[in-house]
Formats: sequence, C-alpha cells, structure tokens
Amino acid sequence: MEYGLAAILLAALVAAVVLRPFVRGVGDDTRPSASREELEAAKEAKYREIRDARLDVEMGKLSIEDHRAIDRELRGEAIEILKRLDELDGKAPEA
Amino acid sequence: MAGVGSACLLVGLLTAVYAAGVSLYGARTGDRAAVVSGRRAIYCLAALLLAATAILQSAFLRSDFSYKLVAEGSSTDTPTFYKVTAMWATQDGSLLLWALLMSIFSTAVLFLTRRSLRDIAPYATTVLAVIAGFFLLLMVGWENPFTTLANPPVEGAGLNPLLRHPAMMIHPPMLYTGYVGFAIPFAFAIGALIVRQTGADWIRATRRFALVAWTFLGTGIMLGALWSYTELGWGGYWAWDPVENASLMPWLTGTAFIHSIMVQEKRGMLKVWNASLIIATFVLALLGTFLVRSGILDSIHAFGASTIGKQFLVFIAIVIGGSTALVISRLDDLRSKARLDSLMSREAFFLVNNLVLIALCVVIFWGTFFPLISEALTGEEASVGPPWFNRLTTPLALVLVALAAIGPLLPWRKASRFGLVRAFRAPLAVAAVTFVALLALTNAADSPLSLIMFCLTALVLTVVAQELARGAAARRTITGDPWPRAMAQLVARNRRRYGGYLVHAGIAVLFLGVAASSAFQEQRDVRVSPGDSFDAGGYRITYERATANLGRDSAGTGAPISFGAVLTARRGDETYTLRPSRNFYPSQDASTGPIGRFFEGEATSEVDVRWGLRRDLWAAVRPDISGLEPAIREGNEKFAGSNDTVQAVVIAALVDGYRNDPPPATFRVIDSPLVSWIWIGAAIVLLGALIAIWPSPEARLRRVTSIYAARLGKELSRA
Repeated sequence: MEYGLAAILLAALVAAVVLRPFVRGVGDDTRPSASREELEAAKEAKYREIRDARLDVEMGKLSIEDHRAIDRELRGEAIEILKRLDELDGKAPEA
Repeated sequence: MAGVGSACLLVGLLTAVYAAGVSLYGARTGDRAAVVSGRRAIYCLAALLLAATAILQSAFLRSDFSYKLVAEGSSTDTPTFYKVTAMWATQDGSLLLWALLMSIFSTAVLFLTRRSLRDIAPYATTVLAVIAGFFLLLMVGWENPFTTLANPPVEGAGLNPLLRHPAMMIHPPMLYTGYVGFAIPFAFAIGALIVRQTGADWIRATRRFALVAWTFLGTGIMLGALWSYTELGWGGYWAWDPVENASLMPWLTGTAFIHSIMVQEKRGMLKVWNASLIIATFVLALLGTFLVRSGILDSIHAFGASTIGKQFLVFIAIVIGGSTALVISRLDDLRSKARLDSLMSREAFFLVNNLVLIALCVVIFWGTFFPLISEALTGEEASVGPPWFNRLTTPLALVLVALAAIGPLLPWRKASRFGLVRAFRAPLAVAAVTFVALLALTNAADSPLSLIMFCLTALVLTVVAQELARGAAARRTITGDPWPRAMAQLVARNRRRYGGYLVHAGIAVLFLGVAASSAFQEQRDVRVSPGDSFDAGGYRITYERATANLGRDSAGTGAPISFGAVLTARRGDETYTLRPSRNFYPSQDASTGPIGRFFEGEATSEVDVRWGLRRDLWAAVRPDISGLEPAIREGNEKFAGSNDTVQAVVIAALVDGYRNDPPPATFRVIDSPLVSWIWIGAAIVLLGALIAIWPSPEARLRRVTSIYAARLGKELSRA
C-alpha cells in the first residue's frame, strides 16, 4: 500500500517536472546563443596556448624563431574565433 | 518508509528510461523541449536517489533491523560513524551509492553544459541515463536495499570488523566517485562520435570531470593502501589483490587520458587514441565494480558471490561492443591532419608516457585475470603472485618517473638543441650528485633498482623546482614582482601546468617511499613472553606487559574485547612505546556458546605504528588465547542459563585472567624506511590535482572592442 501510493505520488511529481518544457515551452533555452559558450571556451583555450608558448620562450625552452612561427599560427586561429564570436552577436567582423 | 525507498528506486528506473528515450528523440529530431525534458529527468533522478539514500541512512542510524540490509550490516553497538558508512559496506547499499553519485555527476555536467554542446549533450544524456538505469535495474530486479524482514532480529550482525577503519569507510565513496566521474567524459565522447563533432569541444566541457574522477580514484586507492598498512596486520600497503588491481587499472588509463587530451586540445591529434582511452577507462571502471561483486576472483575486498555478476558481464559486453563499433565507424572523422613536428617535443613524450601507462595496465590486467585465463586454457586455476607483478611493473614505473621528469622540460612542437641543454643541465647534475652521494654514504647500492628510483626522484624534484624558478623569474622580468608574489601569480595563472608539475613531484616522492620501504624493510616475526626482548631492524624491542580491555578498544571500533601488548623499542638514545592489540568481535554462531561467542568471532589486528619521516616502526600482535579455552568451555556449560550480567562477570574474569597471567604472544615488527613518504607523496599529488582542477581566472568572460590583433594582445596581456 505504502509502496504503491508512494510510487504514484513520486511518478506524478516527476511527470510534472519533466513534462513542463512540453507544456510551457523552453524559454531561454531556445535563444540562439548555444555556441557562444563553446566559442568562448575555444577562445580561452587558444589564449592559454599563446601564453604557454610565450612562457616557453621566456624560460628558454623555445627558440625565438620557433616561437615566432608558432605564435603567428596561434594568433591567426584566435582571430578566427573572435570573428566567429562577433558574427554570433550579429556584428560585422571588425576591420 | 522502506516502501517509499523502493518506490524511489522504481520511479527512478522509469525516470532513467524516460530520460534516455526522450533525449534520444530530442537529439534525432532537434526538438528542444524533448532535450530539456530529458535533462530535467536526470535532475529528478538525482532527487529521487537522494531521497532513497536519506531513507536508508535513517534506517541505519535508527538501527531499524526490519531492513534486511541494516540487520546484516549494522548493530546497536556499532559506533555512529560506522552506522552512517555501513551502507556502502553492503552490496545493495554500494549499488545505491554508485547510482546516487552517477546521478549527481550527471546533473552537474548537464547543468553546466545546458547552453553549449547542443548536438552532443542530448546523446550524452541518453548514455548517462542508460548507465544510471542499469544500476537501478540491478536494485529493482535483484539487489533491493529496501528489502524488509518479516521477523526482524532483536540485534543486527554488525559491520564487518575489518571495515571498522576510517580510511576504509571513506575509501568506497572515493573509488565510486572516481569510477562514476569517468562516465561523464565517456558519455560526451560517445555523443561527439555519434554527431561526428570530433574536435576538442567535448574534451573542454568534460576535462575537469575527468580530473576530478582521477583525483578521487587516486585518493581512494591510497586510502585503501593506508587501510591495508594499518589494519590488515601483514605490514604492507599493496598486495596486488585483484580488487586493488581493478581500481588501479582505470586510474592508469585515466592518467594516460588526461595527458593525451592535451595533445588533442593543442594540436588536434590523437583523436582515435583519446576516444579509445576514455572508453577503456570507463569499461575498466565497470570491470572494477563487477569484480567486487562477481565472486569470480578471490579477494579480501570482494562482497563474495552474488546474483548480479552475469548482468554486469552483459552490460560490459554491450558497452565494449557498441563503443568499439562507433569508433570504427567514425575513423574517417577522427583522422588528424596534424603530424608530430619532432620526436623531441612534449606531445611525442606524452605519447610515450601513454604507451608506458597502457603497458602497465596490460601487465596488471594479465596478472589479475591469469587465474581465469589459465583455467580456460588448461582446466587448472593458477595465479601469479606479488613477485611476478613487481618484476614486470618496476621497470615500467622507473620509465614512468623518468618521463615525469623529461616531459615538463620539453616545449610543444619541437625543442631546440640549446633549449634542451639549458633545460636538462641542472636536473641531470643533481641526479648525478644524488647517485654519487647515495653510493658513498648509504647502502642504496644493495638494491640497484631502488638506487635508480632515488636518482629519478631527485631528477623530477629538480625539474619541478627549476620550472617554478624559471617561470617566476620570467614573470619577474615582466611585472617586477617580488619572488613569492611572482611564484604565486605564476601558479595561479597557469594552474593546469604547475598543478600538473606538482602532481609529478608527488608521484616521484610516492615512488621514493615505495622503493625504499620495499627494498630496505626489515621484518621480524617472533613469539615471546612478557619481559623478553628481541631485535627487529635497528631496534631492541622488549615485550613489557600484556593488555586486556573489556568494552573499550583504543581504535573506537566497538569491539567488546581487546587483547594486546605494551612494547618498548630502543634505538640509540631513542625510546618508543608501542601498543598493538587484537580486537575480538562476538560471533553470531550460537554453537560457540554464551561465553565462547565473545572469543570465537572475528578478530582484527589494531597495529601500532611509530610514524617518522626517516622510518616507521610497525608492530602487530597475535595474542594466544588458546589457554583460555578450558575456562571458556566450562563457562559455556555452567552459565548457559545465566542472565547477561552474570555472563559479563564471567567474561570479565577471563579477560582479567589473560592480563594477569599472559601466555607468550606472537609479534610481527617491521622497521620500514621512508614509508611515510608514500602518504606525503599522495598528499602532494592531491594538492597538485586540486590546483589543476581549480578554475583559472582566465575563464571569466572578457569583452573588447579594438581591432582583432590589438584586441588579442590586449586580452592576453590581462592574464
């Protein structure tokens, strides 16, 4: 009795929570900002790589020539991410 | 309330099935309402399992023996701490803990990714729901922790005495958190493979979960080792037991994974390898959970034979088959365009490190499952022992520690000759000096492999110190900060890098302790009477007197009887007192008699250790109570019908008799050098891991408006 009643009550509670998006819609979740966080994460990761390379050259692990080539490539990739972020915001890419 | 608990599990199972189905529907149709509904179902699942756990914990605290689990795993005299933790000392309770942790981790990752990874997350939700659903199915179908007894006993059987140890009570949740944590990157890897988004997005979203899992699993393994050292009475910390090995294997592949994902993040390489590694890690985590429950291999840690071994095997087979097929079908998407620029680069050494870790895992897997393999091939069960494991794993461990030193010194892409010379000069010099000093001043040469490990430890520690010093110096040239501030800022702004280096230092220190304590340990087993003395290692030990306690044991485990000894250890001017003992827990077997049951139940060693940075002095005692047997037999006959008070007086008289006229006792005393550095190394690893896990300030959002290149420079200069 206790088992059956509890199961029905709990199932009703769960149903109320999980079916809400179908009844009320998904609100904020539909905003077209889905990939912003991904791009922000990619940007931070790229920045980290640039900083790592700079730290490596400052610590003498990388030669200045090697660092210059790596840094140029990484900055190019970072700029691409920044452009995509601006496009996401509806801005024209900066000149 | 048992009915409500069972209802939580049933509704939880239905919720997991719903979450899996609706998320899959949302993923395939793009219906966001379905995706959000699936995510909410996982949140509900966590709430249901929290409620179920609270109900069960309440039953343990109330000593409600109408619950079968409480009657079998607790008793009224079990200390409160052990009542709280007794849940996961049982098979059914540990399944509930697994499912609860799974649902909490799933809730956390799905909440954090609710606005990102829109294509991957719904498939990951399906995978997470299926895993949680499997554990719920086991509980609903076979091992319900809310099973009740029609005729509850007046008293419970009590918690297994061997488990009455603080480390052992924290150890299972740590291990399970580690196992469960690896399910998160696994689920997102599967999602990424399904939608063919094989970049680093899924890694970035779940990397921290993998690190948390790795940290918890490692901490759990070390707590198990500490328990073995201080509770099991044999004096070691690692026995290559199948269940110990089962927890080490996913940790090894997890270690490989958290290294190799850096290569994918930075270079877009090793995609197949990373997907395979996380699949292997999760499968090994499931295997570890299965081994404890299947009864297929003998282990002190296992729950014994159970009814859910086959179900686990089927689930593991489905995970392996499905994941492998998925990886094979996505090989084209996983192919990397980038190539190794140089063998002298960090990514090349990460690959070597991965190969060594996998080799270690393969060796341990082979040794662990050898009894099954030999039985299948020859019909006879044979097993390999610790010497086999030590012989094969020691050289690999040496290579691993060497790589822990070399890796941090190499830059990404390629190292210059000048850079290599500059980076390796000081660490190699320190390692060489260490080698000469150890040869000249100690007997380290008696164990060449240990000598190599000592030198490699010096190499790793110098590398880490040098990296910190050079990094801080580079920062000082930019900011002009004083040394301590420059060092703190350097670590704070590069947490992943320097946290990782600290982990390397901790691992090296840990291996230093392992090498020294295993090669130079001196053990003595003797049987002596009070007043006798003997030598053990560098100590002169005297058995001063016997101890016998009724109703209070020094470790607070709730043992009613404890017999022990007071030992005095002398070494030069140093004098220590050690009090090892052995706890006796009442037997539930009525045939042992009303008096005898207090002496013939389970007994556990309560070892005493004189901890030290240079050496540990470890002592265990095995009192000989055979002399009490005639009196116990007589007591069983004479006082069978007496009340508890009378019987307690008789037991007290027997305990006094042992104390006043003790027979010879058997002692094991171990003089073990540098063993404390194992625990210190583990603590350093934990600290380093916490630094690496902690979010970096750079994760905060920044906005700028200048042109891109200037904007980039500006943003970079802020960090």
